[in-house]
Order: sequence, then structure tokens, then C-alpha cells
Amino acid sequence: MNNLVILPILIPLITATLLLLIPKNIKLQKVISVISLTATTIASMILVHNVYINGIQTLEIGSWRPPFGIVLVADMFAALLVLTGVIVSFTCVLFSFRNIGKDRENFFYYAFTQFLITGVMGAFLTGDLFNLFVFFEVMLMSSYALIVLGGTKIQLRESIKYLLVNIISSALFVIALAYLYGLVGTLNMADVSSKIAQSGQTDIVTIVAILFLIVFGLKGGIFPLYFWLPGSYQAPPYAITAIFGALLTKVGVYSIYRIFTLIFYHEPQITHQIIGALAIITILIGAIGAIAYWDVKKILIYNIVTAVGVIMYGISIATETGYAGGIYYLVHDMVIKGALFLLAGAMFTITGTDNIKKMGGLIKRHPLLGWMFFTACLALAGIPPLSGFVGKILLAQGGLEQEHYIFVGVMLFSSLLVLYSVMKIFMNCFFREEVLSQKEEKGTTKGLVYPSVILIALSAFLGLGAEFVYPYVFEAAETLMDPSIYIQAVLKE
Amino acid sequence: MKVNDLILQTVTTLLSFIIIIFSVYLFFAGHYTPGGGFIGGLMTSAALVLLLLAFDIKTIRKIFPFNFMTVAAAGLLISILTGVAAMFFDVPYLTHTFGYVELPILGETALASTLIFDLGVYLVVVGIAMTIIQTIGESE
Repeated sequence: MNNLVILPILIPLITATLLLLIPKNIKLQKVISVISLTATTIASMILVHNVYINGIQTLEIGSWRPPFGIVLVADMFAALLVLTGVIVSFTCVLFSFRNIGKDRENFFYYAFTQFLITGVMGAFLTGDLFNLFVFFEVMLMSSYALIVLGGTKIQLRESIKYLLVNIISSALFVIALAYLYGLVGTLNMADVSSKIAQSGQTDIVTIVAILFLIVFGLKGGIFPLYFWLPGSYQAPPYAITAIFGALLTKVGVYSIYRIFTLIFYHEPQITHQIIGALAIITILIGAIGAIAYWDVKKILIYNIVTAVGVIMYGISIATETGYAGGIYYLVHDMVIKGALFLLAGAMFTITGTDNIKKMGGLIKRHPLLGWMFFTACLALAGIPPLSGFVGKILLAQGGLEQEHYIFVGVMLFSSLLVLYSVMKIFMNCFFREEVLSQKEEKGTTKGLVYPSVILIALSAFLGLGAEFVYPYVFEAAETLMDPSIYIQAVLKE
Repeated sequence: MKVNDLILQTVTTLLSFIIIIFSVYLFFAGHYTPGGGFIGGLMTSAALVLLLLAFDIKTIRKIFPFNFMTVAAAGLLISILTGVAAMFFDVPYLTHTFGYVELPILGETALASTLIFDLGVYLVVVGIAMTIIQTIGESE
């Protein structure tokens, strides 16, 4: 019993409710948001430390023993993602203080953000499949609200698409859960895992596993289920796209990792092969999209797709190195996607356009913004001193050990394309001749750059301080390798 | 032609009370028989909707002079805090307890702390349902 586990869910939830009570007092809303996110960050740090020292932490909600009650489980994988998620959403909220505008703030913007964080944290920490579904819905409902908030024409069109896709995938999720419950008679993850290990993963269980892959693939944006993502993520303002790009798809990826390492790991020649093939195509599709467009937001969105593919392949490698690489890259990608979208948001504030061809010469008056963007680009592509390198090198090492040469080749080639796509933004927007004079700029970057400084610093820390982060990531990978650790911690048999 | 809805309004004033009393009954019955916060809350909002149909939005505002959004938020807060209260007794979040209490008129009654949680659900359902209906009703 450890009530600490629920704090990352509970603090944002209480905050969101309080913010609903004071809809008109924007200043107080901002203060409360900052206080609560600071508290959540501290709680998550203590949680990570606690898991590192004492092993997996569980909380049996309502004092009901699993598998009968709902259990919250914080293993290292979940705890690390909780911490990263909180920090990234903190910076996105700080960014929106300056950027989101009165119209949206007056309509519960900060409350919706807190509900979104509640859903994401809950999805990371839960140990029950139906509870996972509920937290997915909490997260999606708030994302529906955030995507449509403001009510511009493009937002209305894209939110209908987004809503339809997610309602269908949620319905599939419930159907998959119903099948699984019909087969094993329980929904507690640890219990499902041990039941399937006892009776063997029959063909019908494998089919249900594929159904889960389709569901989480729709949420996470893997090929061929990513089609809704580029349009929907382009609609809302940058502060919202940043939090979406950094958190939402990653929850889908996290769920795929969780169920295919904990529950459906008996038939890797079917499920893990399929994941691997889809991951490779996802990487390629993302890279192609990223180099095809001349639109800052579109390029960054396609880079999300590439990263999802890279992370997903960690499952197909299925060794400790592979998992560690996947986890490291997942943490890195949450941080760096947040940073890139926030920096692009600052660029949009200055120029009022996303079109690369209409920008130029920004470096003269915005050197800090420019060089930060440059650093973020290098980190994204995986240049050594920064964070992207460590994850990719672990994935490449794991891939070579298991003789997955195609994946290693594709991943390295995609790094090149990713670097080209973001450098295209950097070279064209920050250099060339100036397009806008001082007076023509649409807005100031005052206070907009600092949130991304936090993220870039974190990314540099993840790269330079890899020695410090390694033990945490490897503990997470160890738990993923050996499901019995997780089952033991939850069921205490 | 002026519409005369005297019959509707008279019947509504009587009927809404019966519906609200039934909804309160459903709310309290939930622990041992079918019912509970959700259906009780829906029933109450049904009574309020009937009032809305018979009269108009302004009259309803006058009878219930509070923001239903606040009602929903308060309900949510009540539900969350019943869980938080458990944490102070050093048991997991949302652990509930019950006991037998000697009440003045009702005699010995079993009271469970889940009732407070259910009260939160009740308020959320009423608040959300009324917010939806009022918002759609007011928009042109």
C-alpha cells in the first residue's frame, strides 16, 4: 500500500475541478496550474526514486485485493513516463500563458489541460485493462475539447475527423476487452498475464492481441492507421499541438509496449513480427512525409510518425537492449517533440505563417530562438552529445545483435531524412534574406522561449548525463523482459 | 394565435414534485436495490427538463438561481474528496467504510461513506445534464 502512486493522477484531477469553479479568474487559474504542476512534478520525482530503491510500487484502490479490485502499478517504465509527461505538460502550460489568448482561456482551457494530464498519468499508472480504457477516454474527451476550443473552421472540420476515428477505435477497444474477458475471465493485467501463461496463448488469444494492436495503433498513429494524425494535429494552436504531439500518441505506444511485453508475449513469431514490419513502414512513411512538405507544422507532425515507428521496433527486437533503447527513445522523444513544437510556436507568433517559403532571416533578431531550434534539430536526428543519440544507438545495437539489419538500415537512413527535414526549416527560416522587418513582425517572443529552454536542457541532460539515466532505464527494461516481476509485485503470490 | 398551456403548467407543478421525490428515493435505494447516483441524477434532471418545457429558461433560472456548471464541479470535488479522506486514515485511496447509526426519527440506520461518493455522482449528473440542455436551448 502506497498512496504516493495515485498523487500524479489525483493532483491534476483536483486542480481541474477547482479550475472549473473559478472560470472567470484567469490569473488565479494560472497560479493554481503552476502550483499543482510543481507539486505533481515533485510527487513524480519521489515516485521514480521510490521505485528505484524499493522496486515496483502498487496501490490497491479501495483496499480490494487484485485481481478483484483496481490496482495502480508504478514500475520503472511507467514512473519514468509519468515524470517526463508531467515536465513536458508543465512547459506547454507555461508556454500557453503567453500564447493561447483570452478567447480560449475564458473557456476552461487550463481545466481541460489538467484533465488531459489526469488521463495520461492514469493510463501510464493503471494495472487494469478496463481502467486503461477509462483513462484513455478521460484523455480523449479533454483532447476533443482542446482540439475544437476556439472554434475556427479548420478546427471544426478536423475535430469531426478526430472524433470519428477515436470513437471507432474506442468501440474496438471495448470489443477487444469483451473478447479477452470472455476468454480469460479477468481484466487485471497481471492476472490476465498469468492466466494466459498457464493455458498457453491459443490462436484466438493471438487474434485478440492483433485487435489490441489495431486499437492502440489507431491511438498511437502507426502505419496504416496514422491517416487521421497529420490533419488533426495541424488544426489547434501550437501550445495544444505540443502537448498532443508529446503525450497522446506516446500513450498508445506505451500501451502497445505494456500488453506485448506483459500479456501477449508467447507467440512473438506472429505478433512481434507484425509490429516490426509495421514499425519499419511507419518510419519510412513518416520520413517521406517530413521531407515532402514546406510547412513547419506538417514537417514536425510527420516526425512524430517516424519516432513512433522507431520506438515501436523496440518490441520486435525483444531483448533488454532493445527495450532499453525503445524506452530511452520514448522519453527523449516526448521531451524533444515538446521543445520543437514550442519553438515552432514561437516562430509562428513572430511570422504569422507556417509556410517555410514565406519566412527568412529570423536569426538576426532572434538568435536564442534560432540556436535553440538548431540544438533541438540535432537532438531529434540523434547527434552524439544530445539525447536522441543514446536511444538510437541502443536500438541499433539491439537490432544488430538480433540480426535485424533491415531495421537498422532503415532507422539510420530515416535519421538522415529527419535531419534533412528539420534542417530545411532551420536553413530557410533562420537564414536567407530577411522577409519581415522589425515593424512587420506579428508578435513578440517575450517569455515564449523559456519553456523550451527547460526542455532543451533536459534533452542535453538525457544525452550528457546518460550514465546517470542508464540504471533507471535498464531497470525499466529488466521489468519488461521478465513479466513475472510485475505479476509477483501485483498479485503477491 | 396565443397558446394556452394552463393544463401543462398545472400538471407540471404537481408532477415535478413527484418525480423529484422518486429520484431522491432512487438515489438512496442504490446500496441494496436498483438505483444510485447516476439514475437518481438523471431523474432529477428529467423533472427540471419538464419544468423547462412547461415554463421557459428564465423562470427556471429564477427558481434555481445557480450555475449548473458549478454544481457539476462541486459534485466532482465531493466525489474526489471522499477518496482523499480515506488517505488520512492511512488506507488506500477510495477505501470506504460503513456503520450503524441511531438517527432521531428513522431509528437504527446503516450509513455507508459511499453515499457521499454517490452524492457527488448525483450532482455531476444533474449539473452536466442541465448545462447541456440550457446551453443548447439558449444558442440561436
